[in-house]
Amino acid sequence: MTVYYTKEHEWIRVEGDEATVGITDFAQGQLGDVVFVELPEAGRQVSRGGEAAVVESVKAASDVYAPVSGEVTEPNQALADDPALANSDPEGGGWFFKLRLSDTSELDGLMDAEAYKSFCDSQ
Amino acid sequence: MSDAEAKSLPLDAWHRARGARMVPFAGYAMPIQYEGIIAEHKWTRESAGLFDVSHMGQLIVAGPEAQKGLESLLPADLAILKDGRLRYSLLLAEDAGIVDDLMATRRGDHFYVVVNGATKEGDIDYLRARLPRSVVIDHMKEQALLALQGPKAVDALARLAPGVEALGFMTGGAFQIGGIAAWISRSGYTGEDGFEISVPGAKVAEVAELLAAQPEVKPIGLGARDSLRLEAGLPLYGHDLDTETTPVEADLTFAISKRRRGEGGFAGWHRIARELEEGPIRRRVGLAVEGRQPVREGAMVVDAEGNEVGKVTSGGFSPILEAPIAMAYVPAASADVGTSVTLAQRGKLFQAKVVPMPFVPHRYHRKGAA
Repeated sequence: MTVYYTKEHEWIRVEGDEATVGITDFAQGQLGDVVFVELPEAGRQVSRGGEAAVVESVKAASDVYAPVSGEVTEPNQALADDPALANSDPEGGGWFFKLRLSDTSELDGLMDAEAYKSFCDSQ
Repeated sequence: MSDAEAKSLPLDAWHRARGARMVPFAGYAMPIQYEGIIAEHKWTRESAGLFDVSHMGQLIVAGPEAQKGLESLLPADLAILKDGRLRYSLLLAEDAGIVDDLMATRRGDHFYVVVNGATKEGDIDYLRARLPRSVVIDHMKEQALLALQGPKAVDALARLAPGVEALGFMTGGAFQIGGIAAWISRSGYTGEDGFEISVPGAKVAEVAELLAAQPEVKPIGLGARDSLRLEAGLPLYGHDLDTETTPVEADLTFAISKRRRGEGGFAGWHRIARELEEGPIRRRVGLAVEGRQPVREGAMVVDAEGNEVGKVTSGGFSPILEAPIAMAYVPAASADVGTSVTLAQRGKLFQAKVVPMPFVPHRYHRKGAA
């Protein structure tokens, strides 16, 4: 199992060709109180860098992008029911959706935890 | 505007030391939040929140013709305004567009006027161009402005400035806080009981420190200020009000006093009198939005064919109602409470219903009320 990060502050946890996607702790801190999420339905095809979900805080609406291409296998219904999970447990129970990867080589362009931390520190 | 261009207010370091996230607003670096907007919002509704609103313009309008001059641009009856009392009013253009909204207090021989931060320079130019030459306008740049808002604001402030508890809603007076001269009025922008406190910028950190040390008080950012005023149904200039909207369209007819309605003699009166008689073509209303997704400023109000017939001017998630709420301008035919309207945002349609404002009841301290 490996976790990768994007410059758009998503994380993706990969096991084989299955992955779980969410927003990082840094992202939820920037967004503030999350009050709504719009998640992709199972079966939807998403492409790398394309809009996959919407997260709305009290302040503003933001898009969540697909870190890699693939087919959505499961949206997190618990998050849809309780959007504050994105704040309280962003890199655990507050995951957004699961994905079956169509091209695992796309992972090569993503950051590991250490690179992502440096990236956030430079923001 | 980048952070580098934003000017600092006297409490800048004080906010940063308390962990505020600073953002540019109205040309200044301002605290948007401390611990989080929802927590700060609820704290203000339950206890007392301290807001720094020093970006706002504090003006003295003085001279023998000050009242007459102001009445030529405001629809308020200033003649009957007693010493130490304040009114919400509107600075109007000739075509009845709203140049700004403001608070005007009669204070001895002059008026103390508080205007919005983003519009203050333009307001001063407008006033100077339109008021008689004998009227003197002093922009008190050295004054800071705090607001202490919430049901426990009176307990906290009365400990430091005994006597404030005797002020009724929309009255003010001169007090001292820790030996520092303060003009305090019982007014605000949250729908709660509370106070606005004008003190010298050089001393505001001392005053903020004294207030924040009270157990009822926490500092609150602009984020919660916006969600609180939205729940209270209070318009925000530059969003819900601008030079393209009139006081009647904006549903602010309460600010057009009875005598002035009949007599006129202020900028925009002809159009306002006509709209009062015939009704405006569009009106600002409150909307309860179905579902949980906020519909925000800029969303469209659409008819059955999808044509734009109005616009959302403020919208967000109400922490108290735990539901999305909005203000919008809708055609007069759709402005009655209970009317269903359709909104469009980023290609998605939302159903909403016109509801009375405020969304959350006001709890002002009116004299004679329990």
